[in-house]
Amino acid sequence: MNELMGIINLSASTEKLKSLTEIRTIGSIPIGGRYRVIDFILSNMVNSGMSNIAICTQGKARSLYDHVGSGKYWDLDRKKDGLYYFHPEASSIDIVQKKGDIEIFNSMLGFIKGSKQEYVLLTRSYMVCNVDFLPMLEYHKETGADITVLYKRMNNHVRRFIDCDTVNIDENDSIISIGKNLGKKKFYNVSLEMYIMKRELLVELIEESIHLGDVDFLKQAIFKQIGELDIKGFAFEGYLACINSIQNYYKANMDMLLPEVQEELFHSDALIYTKIKDEPSTFYADDSYTSNALVSSGCIIEGVVENSVLSRGVHVKKGAIVRNSVIMQNCEIGETANINYMILDKNVDVSEKRVFNGDVEHPFVIAKNSKV
Amino acid sequence: MSKFKKEIMAMILAGGQGSRLKEMTHKIAKPAVPFGGKYRIIDFALSNCANSEIDTVGILTQYEPYVLNSHIGIGSPWDLDRQHGGVRVLPPYYNRSGGRWYKGTANAIYENISFIDRYEPEYILILSGDHIYNMDYAKMLAFHKKKKAEVTIAVKEVTFEEAQRFGILSSDESDRIYDFEEKPKNPKSTMASMGIYIFNWALLREALIEDENNPDSKNDFGKNIIPKLVNENADVFSYEYSGYWRDVGTVESLWEANMDLLNPESDLDLFNPKWKIYSANTISPPQYIAPQANVEKSIVNDGCIIKGSVKNSIISTKVKIGANSVIESSVIMPDAVIEDGVHLYKTIVMSGVVVKDNTVVKGNDKEVILVTGE
Repeated sequence: MNELMGIINLSASTEKLKSLTEIRTIGSIPIGGRYRVIDFILSNMVNSGMSNIAICTQGKARSLYDHVGSGKYWDLDRKKDGLYYFHPEASSIDIVQKKGDIEIFNSMLGFIKGSKQEYVLLTRSYMVCNVDFLPMLEYHKETGADITVLYKRMNNHVRRFIDCDTVNIDENDSIISIGKNLGKKKFYNVSLEMYIMKRELLVELIEESIHLGDVDFLKQAIFKQIGELDIKGFAFEGYLACINSIQNYYKANMDMLLPEVQEELFHSDALIYTKIKDEPSTFYADDSYTSNALVSSGCIIEGVVENSVLSRGVHVKKGAIVRNSVIMQNCEIGETANINYMILDKNVDVSEKRVFNGDVEHPFVIAKNSKV
Repeated sequence: MSKFKKEIMAMILAGGQGSRLKEMTHKIAKPAVPFGGKYRIIDFALSNCANSEIDTVGILTQYEPYVLNSHIGIGSPWDLDRQHGGVRVLPPYYNRSGGRWYKGTANAIYENISFIDRYEPEYILILSGDHIYNMDYAKMLAFHKKKKAEVTIAVKEVTFEEAQRFGILSSDESDRIYDFEEKPKNPKSTMASMGIYIFNWALLREALIEDENNPDSKNDFGKNIIPKLVNENADVFSYEYSGYWRDVGTVESLWEANMDLLNPESDLDLFNPKWKIYSANTISPPQYIAPQANVEKSIVNDGCIIKGSVKNSIISTKVKIGANSVIESSVIMPDAVIEDGVHLYKTIVMSGVVVKDNTVVKGNDKEVILVTGE
């Protein structure tokens, strides 16, 4: 399917992700053991046959460049099309709080105009799901809509998608208004912030917004067209998580311990690709105990691991206990240390006998490279 | 100096069937047999090359090459996808004088003289694709240069019983070899050739041509080339290697080498960040250890789903182990599915085999059982 190009817009508010994003973009937060958040949207695009993909970065993007690189692991290091990066000159604070992201899109107009695909898919990086964009594109063509927005109908997920966009839809699947989820309604349609439109329309929207100077964000330019253009909603039925807060990040990791979520995200034909690290297999020592855990390669487990997600190269030493936690790459949990409801960023070294307890609603984060 | 010139290049002999591995090598060459959860046997020789900074490698294939070829690809896992040098798979070929199979190890190199000449190497490293070991070839080359040797043979001390299976050599105090016997009935020493040789290319080139012209020769390094050079008083030296090395020629020795990975006393270390063993990685999620599972003293790789009990075992990529199954002292190769209530002890389960509900297979002190799914 080479009629759809992709643009992944990484500019986003990171206020509620605190220390996890002080050193990186949302897209490069490690998740589910061996993945980074952006792996999901990138793999979804590639699995849908897309091969012309632009990533608009913001702020501290070094870890993202390091992870995605030339796009080799997604088969995107191509001679025709492939992967393109756009990095704004403005600071991330300017983008999120002041100027908006319309300027970034303006700076990539040449790329968008020069692409040969008829349609464009605009997305963010923080939605974790396994989605095929082909049915959405088919729907977009069949209905003749100007813009199609992917959404998921939520029943009773009161606390999960706070601050996400919501869409109100009439009986013809047309979007009549948009809003923000404040966590008060039981039933709502959360927007995946994935939009399909004709490439020409995107160019028009950007040029008009710059000309009039009336909107800061491309999203505003799109939703300003409600009533003017035909904007349709397309329902997504699968598993969805949004990585926009520490709580939601933690819950998404815990979801990945559920067999049905694993089956959908990782064991279908649409694989999630990631950077390869050449770690050996994981070693479980005599007298170690592991239960309900997602464990990446290169780990050494000598203690107890329960209800947890471990990235590559984690060492849980003798007598140490790790429960209900997310442990990132190369962490070391010292002998008889005890970790519960914690998020350990990369290379954290927990000394022996130390005890750290977070709370299921407020998991506690230990920053990258800390010795505690 | 041409821009293609290399000081040293490696040629890996990977054409053998390895018939003592039984059904395991019915469809794949011995160097492609899975090992240690995520590797294939040839990964060790290739990773040693990468880690020793040898960037030009030829791989001689002949028997069932498909899996091996797709595993090696363009050599990216070993950083051997290069503009100059890199890895080349060298199957037998057809030319003006006809087509023929490789007759022996020496003949395989002889047939590729023009490939080697292209790089104008000073030295050539001959390796086997079916040994498990971590060895720095750069150190062996330094030894070769220091001794001003024409040939250097890596050797390892073996037991007297084992000696009958190897090429056995005797050397003087200066490490100069004065006697070499292939698989002797009454070994004169216990120093075994590891099948790893460094030759001055000019010398080997001449020896190969001479050997090819000898109709009585078996065109084999161990049987012909080495004994002849020793007899002719060439400067052949032995380089003693004391680290881990294993020729996994039989089902039992393959099982034992896998078990060595679980032994903390063993010299075979896969966790050394300075000497990584590289392999073609699959796209697999992290392994999932279910609530009712129990995993102890074992190695488990990416993509596995473990619901049963695993002890003292090697569980390779994307293996599924069902509830109430007990896996002990076994090697489960990639993509195998162990259903519920299965009991395995001292077995090797081949790739992709489905072991049905409630199957019981037990090896014993003397025998490891190969589960082939037939």
